Amino acid sequence: MFKWLHPYAKPETVYRLCGRFYPWLMLSGVALLALGNIWGLAFTPPDYQQGDSYRIIHIHVPSAIMSMGTYSAMAIAAFIALVWQVKVAQWSVTAIAPIGAVYTAIALITGMAWGKPMWGTWWVWDARLTSELILLFLYLGVIALSGAFSDRQTGAKAASLLAVIGVINLPVIHFSVEWWNTLHQGASITKFAKPSIDPSMLWPLLISILAFKVLMLALVCLRLRTAILQNEQHRPWVKALVEE
Amino acid sequence: MYFQSMTEFWAMGGYGLFVWLSFGITYALLAVLTAYSHYQHKQFKRQLSARLAREQRVKQYQEQVK
Repeated sequence: MFKWLHPYAKPETVYRLCGRFYPWLMLSGVALLALGNIWGLAFTPPDYQQGDSYRIIHIHVPSAIMSMGTYSAMAIAAFIALVWQVKVAQWSVTAIAPIGAVYTAIALITGMAWGKPMWGTWWVWDARLTSELILLFLYLGVIALSGAFSDRQTGAKAASLLAVIGVINLPVIHFSVEWWNTLHQGASITKFAKPSIDPSMLWPLLISILAFKVLMLALVCLRLRTAILQNEQHRPWVKALVEE
Repeated sequence: MYFQSMTEFWAMGGYGLFVWLSFGITYALLAVLTAYSHYQHKQFKRQLSARLAREQRVKQYQEQVK
């Protein structure tokens, strides 16, 4: 399998593949987000307890789930970069981090805007909110570390190490609502039992989750292309590409 | 559509401010990240082609001087 996979790790191939996938991923991501959100905002009944304020769920849950999904993707890339020294994996760590940071910020901000009318406060220092805030700091740490060394390689290595160590935060975020008393409600979808949410609300939510995932892939393609050009700028293929 | 009128839709049962604040900030952040990533890509390509052109000119000049 590795023999088959290896040519795909060649920077030039990755650059071209990302360029080919990007427009389609971006287009379908935007379309899915529009479909899921319009459905969720206008064509579902209100919650029996929370009224129309619950509609924030259609961006809060997708961004929160994908803030962790994006972190796993970044950590896997970092692990591959550290163990097998695959260059493209190393560059993807710094390409992915800003996307995850934005998703985490969205999850936190929409959570605050949902908490104000429902809990009566923008912010409490409880387990779920605090561990998600730490996730944001982990992303910011990865971004800062990768740019903190005059040698790009050293920076990427340090950032990868932080990304791998930070994985410990993911189970803490996920189980925080079970391990500690918290204002935050328990999981509705990401559990082994049947989802505790009505199908009429579940479908648009699943579509929005998929939309955030596809948008993440699109943005990774876009940002990885830039990272590849920056790291390969002295190679003949990049020169040929820019001169044409 | 679940709502009776557009006015009701915008009001969101009294939670309009919080709902539209969330959705607005989300779309704004996603748009900024996408636009900035595009800008970075174009900007780097421009810088690189400028540098390559400069190297070319220096090489030409050195050959003329010889």
